[in-house]
Amino acid sequence: MATKDRLSGNEAVAFALKQINPDVFPAFPITPSTEIPQNFATYVSNGEVDTEFITVESEHSSMSAAIAASAAGARALTATSSCGLAYMFEPLYIASSDRLPLLLAVVNRALTGPININCDHSDSMGVRESGWIQLYAENNQEAYDNLVQAYRISENPAVRLPIMVCQDGFITSHAVQNIELLEDEAVKNFVGEYEPEHYLLNRDEVMAIGSYGVSDYYMEAKRAQAEAMLNVPSVVLEVGKDFEAISGRSYGFFEEYKMEDADRAVVVIGSAAGTGKDAVDMLRESGEKVGLIKVRMYRPFPAEALAGALKGVKAVAVLDRAESYTNCGGPLGADVMAALFRARSQALAVNYIYGLGGRDITVKDFAKVYEDLAEVVRNDSAGDTYRYLGVRE
Amino acid sequence: MDRAVELGARVTWREINEGTMVTGGGTSREFNTGEWAVIKPTFEADKCRQCLLCVPVCPDSSIPVKDMKRLDFDYDHCKGCGICVKSCPFGAIEMEGIE
Ligand code: SF4
Ligand code: SF4
Repeated sequence: MATKDRLSGNEAVAFALKQINPDVFPAFPITPSTEIPQNFATYVSNGEVDTEFITVESEHSSMSAAIAASAAGARALTATSSCGLAYMFEPLYIASSDRLPLLLAVVNRALTGPININCDHSDSMGVRESGWIQLYAENNQEAYDNLVQAYRISENPAVRLPIMVCQDGFITSHAVQNIELLEDEAVKNFVGEYEPEHYLLNRDEVMAIGSYGVSDYYMEAKRAQAEAMLNVPSVVLEVGKDFEAISGRSYGFFEEYKMEDADRAVVVIGSAAGTGKDAVDMLRESGEKVGLIKVRMYRPFPAEALAGALKGVKAVAVLDRAESYTNCGGPLGADVMAALFRARSQALAVNYIYGLGGRDITVKDFAKVYEDLAEVVRNDSAGDTYRYLGVRE
Repeated sequence: MDRAVELGARVTWREINEGTMVTGGGTSREFNTGEWAVIKPTFEADKCRQCLLCVPVCPDSSIPVKDMKRLDFDYDHCKGCGICVKSCPFGAIEMEGIE
């Protein structure tokens, strides 16, 4: 029996972690993710988990300690935001290239500068090429559900790659919403015991991790790592299916909202999708054929499936909560447009940058995007494909 | 764990150890860093007094010792840095360009 509760996104993630009872949690606080290790530390003090909780002096160290713990054979994790994630840049690549199952709870926050503590996706988008799997949540429920599924994906022998579970800073992490929590036992059984195959603390096997890869080996190592990423999608679907069996909630690569007959669509990541759905509902009431796709799995990128979901669409707007400074849009925009191009899609696509540094996005903003798309269709031209939404002109 | 393939640039991406993990111990012996050397030291056995001062200074453990006596250089691993030349008080190690 699931229990109903009211929790913030951070509380939900900490609660999921309590139910998982991981082996090692090195932590360094940073807003807005601080509550995750803070709440978890309470579970540690109360003896509700038997996790080794290590307070370290930086995010470079928290990630490094988590990597070492994973290499030793432990189920490990850490949490961070913004500059903390940036400070982990180097060890992130070590975790993925060493093929270490590992969890990072990311609470998305803008990167400095100007200095800002509010939500956008520039932190995790900045590490999208680090070889980590990335899942994004719309709300506290999804943050909790993704967390419960994360280790099963990361530890799968065909994968063995680290995973980031992201939620929007403050909007999701601090807002208290209704949530349905699984029984402790159900989570425990779902996640299962971690049985690493090769690990440093195995006294029966001499091994080393983190070796130097000269030019003779480096490229082969990277190609093998890419293969592990290619194995991720089927594992994500498989784990999602099992999760649905215990929770009744289904998860895939992305959520399609009223897409069946949509001729205009928005593609977006994170909490803004909730606002977008409201706009879709509103416009649907007046007979407009609009839909929305919310990307859950951003790395690896589900290009083919996404192009398939956008097949019948005449115009699509991709919303990015991060700049790329490519002079042609954000990272999600680039990925979606490349996917459409590969699928030889005839859809006209535009890219909007929105919500930087915690700038709110409203139902009205979404309605304007759909209106812009109507104009794109009317003109049979995408016009300027690099646009800003919600900025003072 | 079996070593799928011996070290060598023939290993394919399908064969390479997951995460380039090194399996087994003492594997650096199989990596002939001596190939990097341009010039090599030579051991003048007749001048050697077996003081063993040269042995610990070698960064590549390329001066083998048996029964408290040093042997000739392990050229598979000597990188030709010349440190041992400087350490020998009896001129028993010679190397081009190093006094
Ligand atoms: S330092 Fe010179 S004399 Fe002493 S053991 Fe080495 S080679 Fe021989
Ligand atoms: S030249 Fe350098 S590497 Fe070679 S034996 Fe002497 S000290 Fe060792």
